[in-house]
Amino acid sequence: MFRRDRPTAGPATDHTSEDRTAVPLIAAAGVSVVLDARPILDGVDLGVSPGHIVTVVGPNGAGKTTLVRVLLGLLPPSAGHVNRRPGLRVGYLPQRLSFDPVLPLTVARLMTLTVRRSRSAVLAALAETGGDHLITTPVQALSGGELQRVLLARALLREPDLLVLDEPVQGVDFTGEAELYRLIGTIRDRRGCGVLMVSHDLHVVMAATDHVVCINRHVCCAGAPAQVTRHPAYRSLFGARAAAVAVYPHHHDHTHGPGGEVVPLNPPPAAGTGG
Amino acid sequence: MLDDFFTRALLAGIGVALAAGPLGCFIVWRRMAYFGDTMAHSALLGVALGFALGIDLTLGVVMITTVAALLLVFMQRAPWLSMDTLLGIMAHSTLSIGLIAVSLMAWLRIDLMAYLFGDILAVGRADVMWIYLSASGVLVVLAAIWRPLLAVTVHEDLARAEGVPAGPVRLLFMLLIAVVIAFAMKVVGILLITSLLIIPAAAARRAARTPERMAVLAALIGAIAVILGLHGSLYWDLPSGPAIVTAAALLFLLSLAPRPRTAAAARPARSVPHAPAPPKEGQ
Repeated sequence: MFRRDRPTAGPATDHTSEDRTAVPLIAAAGVSVVLDARPILDGVDLGVSPGHIVTVVGPNGAGKTTLVRVLLGLLPPSAGHVNRRPGLRVGYLPQRLSFDPVLPLTVARLMTLTVRRSRSAVLAALAETGGDHLITTPVQALSGGELQRVLLARALLREPDLLVLDEPVQGVDFTGEAELYRLIGTIRDRRGCGVLMVSHDLHVVMAATDHVVCINRHVCCAGAPAQVTRHPAYRSLFGARAAAVAVYPHHHDHTHGPGGEVVPLNPPPAAGTGG
Repeated sequence: MLDDFFTRALLAGIGVALAAGPLGCFIVWRRMAYFGDTMAHSALLGVALGFALGIDLTLGVVMITTVAALLLVFMQRAPWLSMDTLLGIMAHSTLSIGLIAVSLMAWLRIDLMAYLFGDILAVGRADVMWIYLSASGVLVVLAAIWRPLLAVTVHEDLARAEGVPAGPVRLLFMLLIAVVIAFAMKVVGILLITSLLIIPAAAARRAARTPERMAVLAALIGAIAVILGLHGSLYWDLPSGPAIVTAAALLFLLSLAPRPRTAAAARPARSVPHAPAPPKEGQ
């Protein structure tokens, strides 16, 4: 299958946004979307290569989710086109996933919604995101943070070439946020998959990203996080808040387990990923 | 064995219930109760069409209910009318047109009550055979589309993004509803079909932890309702269709009874064994 062709991700050493030689997994070229005569997106270009984390930031109503829907093939663009590598396998973590209590669903069953996998494979995927203790829990009983871990594990179980995460830290508290972004970085390092993330928050996500695309209907600016935060368009878009936000590559000497307990990091992580 | 009208009725009813239970689960999960009801209301028009064209009545019903379902899906795009209004319009206008069509065919002397409320005690051997053939067909197709249909039911965008063909799967599902309506009509009648789809599924919910178990339970509960209802009908001389539905409703009420152990298992405490959850977390 196609997944064999991807550049093997050895110990991921270089994820700078300049290293974009690989064929993109997915690329939007001049994508415009008009809904009910209202322009939502205008001429957006964007590509995600294997092993790269691309984050789309922008204010509410900027068209971030619409862009994701176009990239995933859920919404046809009014103009422009989307190229996906043939046979591309996508793992998707949608925004605002809620479960109807009338449908009984355990985490184990949710995990195998679109793939057939053995229970041990399900457990392994859950362990990768720190959610293995939740396997028999009904999905309706999950907290916000637990749900995102489970959904991330579910996407990983598909062994995706491309992870698409729409607001992955929703409903997650602040420490959990940084933790979740770190986890996404770790997954990229380990699996070499491309990651497309959507976020409206700025500073934590910047540290975990190779390439930032700042949109407000059109692409305002794009580049490595350090460049983007200095860009005038970015500052005008996010106002005074942006000025206060420095790119924030940082190290932790400990992390938090799924129950919030402190887990020491041994050995400490390699160099920070920020620009 | 099949010489006895009561045995035939039991077999026919159980056959319908076994297919209606699992299918009804999806109707409940997808919040399509009134969608199914509207399809059922249009079935009388299908009967009229069958008579007018001289084709098999079941085929006429499947055709008309499918058209009604497609029409509903199409009209859903009208943003100025809500779905419940559309369903109300469709359900009662198709039923009325069906009643008029049947009454205009003066040469027909059909028992309208049998179509509206069912006449399970009159099913013949051929009917029983057809019910089991269609019920197994429905179950085989449902099993084949089970996984994609469940994925689409949980989250349509997620399913589509991960390659599930949502459109064809949904279309096939509506066709299955149409087939079940066509042969459940004989058992409980047009006006009561929805109950046979929905009540067993609803009664199964609290005892089930996975969708698959809920489907199996719904089939069993439906079958038990048929057995209880028909015996009630035999011993107290009750109308059979309403007796079956009433039995199903009683089973549903029974499922609401507090069962401490099962209820606790269905909703365990938030599984954070160590520290108290951070204040912002939770939903």
